[in-house]
Parts: sequence; structure tokens; C-alpha cells
Amino acid sequence: MHIGVLITHVRAEEKLLLTALRDQGADLDVLPDRDLLFDLSAGPEQLSSAGRAWQDYDLVLERCVSTSRGLFTLAVLDSWRVRTLNSYRTATICADKARCSLAFADAGLPQPRTLLSFEARTTLGAIESLGYPAVLKPVTGSWGRLLARVNDADAAEALIEHRQTLGSYNHHVYYSQEMVDKPDRDIRAFVIGERTVCAIYRTSPHWITNTARGGVASNCPVTPELDDLCQRAAAAVGGGLLAIDVLETADGQLLLNEINHTMEFRNSSAPTGVDIPAEVAAFVLAQASVPA
Amino acid sequence: MSGTVCPECDAALEIPADVMENELIACLDCGSELEIIALDPLQLELAPEVEEDWGE
Repeated sequence: MHIGVLITHVRAEEKLLLTALRDQGADLDVLPDRDLLFDLSAGPEQLSSAGRAWQDYDLVLERCVSTSRGLFTLAVLDSWRVRTLNSYRTATICADKARCSLAFADAGLPQPRTLLSFEARTTLGAIESLGYPAVLKPVTGSWGRLLARVNDADAAEALIEHRQTLGSYNHHVYYSQEMVDKPDRDIRAFVIGERTVCAIYRTSPHWITNTARGGVASNCPVTPELDDLCQRAAAAVGGGLLAIDVLETADGQLLLNEINHTMEFRNSSAPTGVDIPAEVAAFVLAQASVPA
Repeated sequence: MSGTVCPECDAALEIPADVMENELIACLDCGSELEIIALDPLQLELAPEVEEDWGE
């Protein structure tokens, strides 16, 4: 079974995945994104940096920390009908918070009220309509970067002016969201195919609870309600290997926040007791063996 | 385990035996994030800075 693994570099997650894949018998090519070069006017017969024709991979697992490199590479492989995890469709939806919100809405799934705008005037109006505090996010990005809790109109005006003046065009797209009065934690659930294999609470006194920002991981039971929500959310974005972030409201309702398509899990196997890299590797090999 | 020095602070580094090409490691002296560029011979460089599109 020939598996290509796209990487930017080898972090704890990639090392665990590569080890698990080898342990389960995969013939691996590790493909750093810095070495990629595609002839877009040719086809999948061209060779990867490991010297294998792209069309000869049974599956390519995308683990780039660089979202843009990962997405463009998935676009090429999708065009060439090379099987990937995640799919290009899933990745493009999850990499874009606005598209992810639309996918949730299309599927009738619960999420915080979310508004999209492009100008200072309309964005200020959007935040006013949500009420203070509100949350302003970039449509792309991760690890809690550049999230802003907007406490009042002065802060809103300053944030918008800064983004208009200092930001690239990506920052002139405003994704404003209702602030959810959650406990000092959120939920991250890991979905592999059609199973919610485990979940963690990410607890922090800060309103941003990402583990990259200091949130502490502990086991979260996968209740039937959480499992059902996660399965429907995964299906809404096309399914695959997904980390689904869920918020709890003060009255116990679950709301979808976002979905990550190159999930990090280094802090999650220990509290949950689930060998996440082994689960991922088994799924990758199972998908790779499905007839085209 | 093999030894080399940090390209940033020149402190001695112990490299685990199971290290992989392109793996990130940290210098315990200066905290720099380093990347294993090659295994034979061992070569490491400062890891690239985090870019805006990096994430999960």
C-alpha cells in the first residue's frame, strides 16, 4: 500500500502518524511541501519528490501546517483523481470559517449567530446587532490567532481601522460572531470517518481555550448528543479526519464553532485513552484499499 | 543519541536516536525551534518562523 504523506515539517503529530502508519504496514513516502513542483499542464504520471508517479499512490495524507500549500496541493491531486485525506472539498470548506458556517447552516446545524461583511460601516453595524461583547475573527487562520473579543463600540472601531489599514485583503473580510456565554472550556471532538472516537474539554480561564494558547485538555465523554452533532457536522463538510470544536451554552445547548481538517492531537490521546494516531492510520489504510 | 550544537546559541544538543528528517526539536538552552534538515551527516537549522496561514 503506497501512502504519500504531505508535510511542512515533522511535528509531534506527524511523527506519531508516520510511526503508526509504518507499524500498520504502510509503504510511506514523506513529501515535504518545500520540495513540491507540479507541472499543471501535465498529469499524474509526473513524479513526486520521492520519485514515485503521483498516480501510483493509493492515498495521499495531507498534513501540511501551511494551509495554503496544503490546499493548492489537494487541488492538484483532486484534479488528477489521486485519492487524498482529507478531500479537497472538505479541506477548502474547513479552511474557511465563512464556508464552514454556510455548510452548518445548509445542514440545519446549531451554531452561534455569525455575520459576514466587507466594509467598516457594515461591520460596525454587524457587531452592534450582535451586541457586546462580540467576537471578530479572520476567515482563515488557526491556533486562536487574531481572534478579538470586542467589548464596546470604541474597540470595534479601532479593530476595524487597524484591519483596514494594516491587514491584507484577507483581513478586509469581516466574520463577526455572537459571543457564547460558555463555561471556562470548550469541546474538541475527533471524528474519524463515521466514528467520533473521543473528545476533550479544553479548559482555560481565558476566553480563547485553544491548547496552543494554554488550554488544558481533559477527557470529555462522547454522549449520544455530542456524537450525533459531530457526525452531522462532519457529513456537512464532506467527512474525513476532522477535529470539531463545539461550544456549550449556559443552558447546556451544544453549538458548532468550527472544524479543523489537519487536526492536532498530541495532547489528546493521554486524557482520552484513545490511540488517535493508530486510529487515523487504520482509517487511512482502509480508505486506501477501497477500490477506485 | 548523537550530539551536535545549536546553530543559534552554540549549546550542546543531544539528538534522539529516532529523530526523523524534517522533525522539529527545541534547544533546551535558548529555546530556539530547530529543524533536522538531514540525518547523514546530521544537519540542522533554525526552524522557519510561523506564517499567517499555518495551523490545523
